[in-house]
Amino acid sequence: MKRIMLIAFIALLAVSLIGCSSEETSDTIKIGVNYELSGPVATYGNNTVDGIKLAIQEVNDAGGINGKMVEAVILDNKSDPAEALSVATKLIAEEQVIAHLGPATSGAALNVVPAVTDAKIPMISGSATNPDVTVDPATGETREYVFRTCFTDPPQAIVGAAFAMDNLGAKKVAIYYDNTNDYSKGLYQVFKAEIEAAGGVVVAEEGFSADDQEFRPTLTKFKDAGAELVYVPAYYEKVAKIISQARELGIDVPFLGADGWDSPDLVAIAGAAALNNTYFTNHYSSSDDAPEVADFVKAFQAAYDKTPDSFAALGYDTAKLLLAVIAETGSEDPQVITDALAATKDFPAVTGTLTFDEFHNPIKEIAIIEMVDGAQVLNTKIAPSN
Amino acid sequence: METLIAQILNGLSLGSIYALIALGYTMVYGIIQLINFAHGEILMIGAYVGYFSVAVLGLNIYMALLLSMFVSSLVGVLIERIAYKPLRKSGRLSVLITAIGMSLLLQNGGLIVFGTDFVPFPQVIERIPYRLFGGRFVVTSHQILIFAVSILMMLLLQYIVGYTKIGMAMRAVSYDKEAASLMGINVDNVISFTFVIGSSLGAVAGVLLGLYYQTIHPLMGFMPGLKAFVAAVLGGIGVIPGAMLGGFLLGIIEALVSGYWSTTYKDPVVFVVLIVILIVKPTGLLGKNTSEKV
Repeated sequence: MKRIMLIAFIALLAVSLIGCSSEETSDTIKIGVNYELSGPVATYGNNTVDGIKLAIQEVNDAGGINGKMVEAVILDNKSDPAEALSVATKLIAEEQVIAHLGPATSGAALNVVPAVTDAKIPMISGSATNPDVTVDPATGETREYVFRTCFTDPPQAIVGAAFAMDNLGAKKVAIYYDNTNDYSKGLYQVFKAEIEAAGGVVVAEEGFSADDQEFRPTLTKFKDAGAELVYVPAYYEKVAKIISQARELGIDVPFLGADGWDSPDLVAIAGAAALNNTYFTNHYSSSDDAPEVADFVKAFQAAYDKTPDSFAALGYDTAKLLLAVIAETGSEDPQVITDALAATKDFPAVTGTLTFDEFHNPIKEIAIIEMVDGAQVLNTKIAPSN
Repeated sequence: METLIAQILNGLSLGSIYALIALGYTMVYGIIQLINFAHGEILMIGAYVGYFSVAVLGLNIYMALLLSMFVSSLVGVLIERIAYKPLRKSGRLSVLITAIGMSLLLQNGGLIVFGTDFVPFPQVIERIPYRLFGGRFVVTSHQILIFAVSILMMLLLQYIVGYTKIGMAMRAVSYDKEAASLMGINVDNVISFTFVIGSSLGAVAGVLLGLYYQTIHPLMGFMPGLKAFVAAVLGGIGVIPGAMLGGFLLGIIEALVSGYWSTTYKDPVVFVVLIVILIVKPTGLLGKNTSEKV
């Protein structure tokens, strides 16, 4: 047993030495991609990486950056936060990447943060929405090397509340949120505060638990309370059931939600008819006719034969932003790239013109998607007021 | 008043589902005094078989139901033969723990085989909302279907257990296994038959649950199964009409607590009611006071 361990150790040592010696003369720009390609949230990772690959392909087809090709080192973190850290370590130590993209979820991203900070390598996530990812909650200081291209949760609720009051004219709202989920509870609190600050009334509010399937009693209560709009900041599976049960009970008021609604299964579960007169805030809409969006959707469809979802669009933006910064600075020094990223202003991204605030969160417009006969249609785009 | 009636209707539809699942629990318990915790997972298997028959094989809903009942019965009998039968002579606690283990095994096996996604269940029976009294009350075609099926199943079970030859054998096995076997009853076969009926009921409940709530998932049987177990105990476990009564009662309590108070309190209230009833009447609402067998 001991001998086997010894041999394994020597073999490992040999491999890592070979790994080190071949690094020095790189004629490509190496970008580390650390995403969830298998496991429970594999769809997030795979769709994001499709977007990243498309962006890199476009840059390479146009001749690369300063004559050098961009090479993505794509590794799977198996949707496991611990694995995400070891993937990040491998990308930094063995592959010697100059920048790190991913992971998709906040939990995995938080695990990777110390590794990139120690190595002083810039990291950008396309979809980690937890505020702590870019700001250290203990000190309140922005993490120098960590960025994200998606908006955090509060702006979604702020824009949602503004849309409910101004565009839909709802003054009396009910809120139905997932009591067992931080994302849902966070949106509920911000939405409620915004509605009340704008002179609206929350006539009923109720939390459901992750196991609930029967929503009729609470919906009947909302109906009695005279709600003119119901805000459901939850994930599509619950949302679909809530809306379909509400429509059966004859509750025809608009329903409003957030990016957790974005799934083809929303329509598959609830049916197209029940979803009419429902809206949700999202990162982008593939039906947007802005030139950046239309070109991206066309290129993505040509490459993968499917319509890009928000993850794909955010992945594309994340890679495009990084490559634009590298091209602009003409440097492969991670520190120079980091500083240039922090100074990003008005970058024309698919998911909205992007400027980083002092917390490395993007300031950009949020799309309001309306469900029309089962299709997602862009209703309007609103910039968060604060 | 209007709201009260609307909420009671909501509760009745939820209660029919609990009742349908509780029938399966109570049936098996009534014959072999075993709480088959894997019943919720049999329901899940039934729902997935129903889904594959409709979505992949393209069968109609009746054929899908039959196939689902057949496969679930097979699984139910297999579970009994593999996991419960070797323990028939050991204490009730060992069997109970085995049943919980079986339930966990099937849940996690389901997660591996079917994946972790919610699968949309094809809506093969149209959802028609009937608006009564100028739209003040709403009843849907699915609710009527589930209510009718649960009543029908209860009557059918009562008939099988009370008025058929196999039912008489089941009652005999329930009363005294050894004496029954001395009278020429094949105890193993009777117990298998009990599992066939219990699992078929689970399959019907699973397919209807999929239709009603529009999705199926490997863990879909767990919570409803637990609630149905409470319903069966509430009504008097082992008593077939008791499962029905317990189910409806549970559904209505949940609807009223959610409607007039808060969803958060519906489970605590349900369990308080259960505890109170068990203190006042330990055998459940319709349970008979039987003296301990020696």
